[in-house]
Amino acid sequence: MDTQITLPASAAFDVERVRADFPILSRSVHERKGKPGKPLVYLDSAASAQKPRQVIDAMTRFLEEDYSNIHRGVHFLSQTATDQFEEARRKVARFLNAPSERNIVFTRSATEAFNLVAHSYGRTFLSEGDEIILSVMEHHANIVPWQLLQMDKGIRIRVVPVDEHGVLDLNAFEDLLSDRTKLVAMTHCSNVLGTVTPAKIIARMAHERGVPVLFDGSQAAVHGVVDVQDIDADFYIMTGHKLYGPTGTGVLYGKYDLLKKMPPFQGGGDMIESVSFEGTTFKAPPARFEAGTPAITEVIGLGVALDYMEKLGREAIAAHEHDLLQYATQQLSQIDGLRVYGTAPGKGPIISFTLEGVHPHDLGTIVDQYGVAVRVGRHCAEPLMDRFGVGATARASFALYNTRAEADALVESVIAVKEFFGA
Amino acid sequence: MMDELRELYQEVILDHGKNPRNFRHPDDANREAKGENPMCGDRFMVYLKLKDGVVEDVAFQGRGCAISTASASMMTEVVKGKTEAEAKALFETFHDLCTKDDHEHGDHGPVDEDAMERLMVLSGVRQFPVRVKCATLAWHAMNAAIEGEDKASSE
Repeated sequence: MDTQITLPASAAFDVERVRADFPILSRSVHERKGKPGKPLVYLDSAASAQKPRQVIDAMTRFLEEDYSNIHRGVHFLSQTATDQFEEARRKVARFLNAPSERNIVFTRSATEAFNLVAHSYGRTFLSEGDEIILSVMEHHANIVPWQLLQMDKGIRIRVVPVDEHGVLDLNAFEDLLSDRTKLVAMTHCSNVLGTVTPAKIIARMAHERGVPVLFDGSQAAVHGVVDVQDIDADFYIMTGHKLYGPTGTGVLYGKYDLLKKMPPFQGGGDMIESVSFEGTTFKAPPARFEAGTPAITEVIGLGVALDYMEKLGREAIAAHEHDLLQYATQQLSQIDGLRVYGTAPGKGPIISFTLEGVHPHDLGTIVDQYGVAVRVGRHCAEPLMDRFGVGATARASFALYNTRAEADALVESVIAVKEFFGA
Repeated sequence: MMDELRELYQEVILDHGKNPRNFRHPDDANREAKGENPMCGDRFMVYLKLKDGVVEDVAFQGRGCAISTASASMMTEVVKGKTEAEAKALFETFHDLCTKDDHEHGDHGPVDEDAMERLMVLSGVRQFPVRVKCATLAWHAMNAAIEGEDKASSE
């Protein structure tokens, strides 16, 4: 993702064929007695992406044919289920170009992965007066776990600002890095502005001072090729439900020597070697961090979702989304009084905007009547909203299944809002 | 489908949303409470001047959508001059109006019928469940202020 993708929209990327894979996209919304509804225009994939039939079918098939608990039984199904679960781990490792599947910890969400690192790494290796560096763009999931650590350990949280375009201020980052810095935890792509941060440079700057770096890849992993070894990330977090997979699937990538040093996050079954009331010994990572029965079916579904993305081609997906971003930005910008927040070069396909004289919440309700699903509000990024002096924005986010016609539908519905309010 | 929208955003609401009444911070307010909707970022402060059990003045400041702003504005108009009990009865009755079908409305004591008639314009939110919080936000704050609390969220 550090190198900007400038491929033209691939002619080989047949979006109509892709759409046929997503059953939900053919539905209408707001059907009323005797009146047809409006075709769904789903522009909220940054909140959660829709699922292709391949994922749905794979999960159904697994539940119907192979389901059982994993890592436990000697029986046939348990072995079959375990094999498939562990195959999904290998797929995730390949997806991120991790050196091994041992680097991949499954969590229930990205949020849980942040809490895992804050709890396990943070409480072990950070102490009073130590500092961690975040950016002002962080999602609350990459703020609040550190604040909990702050309450517990007395660490300091430092924040890297962004400029008017939403570009990360690397000079400020350089200034904030010090001997007190013990961790950098930063988004790889802002869920509000779409800004892609220069992960490789950030990692290099931090590593020059011996500081490990964690990236929030919740958005970045969806919209580009992420190579954790090339970035040299120490931790990388992503979430399955934004990657066209099911909910209940978070991923923590960690360098193995770091994971090995970290104590368990939660205690329970599946993460221990032996338990006695005199003392318990823990398994090696990743099992050490996977207490309890995981989301077995969902993790297997996530593996299939990643296969799906690989099959379409992640560069081709990114190019398609980039085309939509450019087209939609251009069309929206022609609306008088519309302001786009986040204009960083090479940004991801996320457009946050406001319309003068209309609160985003009202805008969201009205475009919804036209079938257009956008997110409105603070996007779990309140400090960033404050930075730009807005209480809320509307956000349209594009995914591999969106089309230019849907961008047009968004624009038309926003124009209708304008007319409605006489704004 | 646009009928529902017109029902939600009636002219009166658009007017109050754009030109909210009593949008100020009275110097002599002796109660205040914050109303906040964490989902959408709406945030209001409601100020009351309570004297001998009567709401002598009520005003608000903050930012929110057209629905929440209009509802706050109309709230200040209808609550002013009411006793605490009357104000609370209005709150409960209005809350029913936004959330329940007619036959489910409870009896919250004597209530200003004229005020309720004016507030009817906000009943369109019943068709938009996610917007109910908008319509009731400032009311929750007003109710909290009467109860002597300093904040309310429209959960």
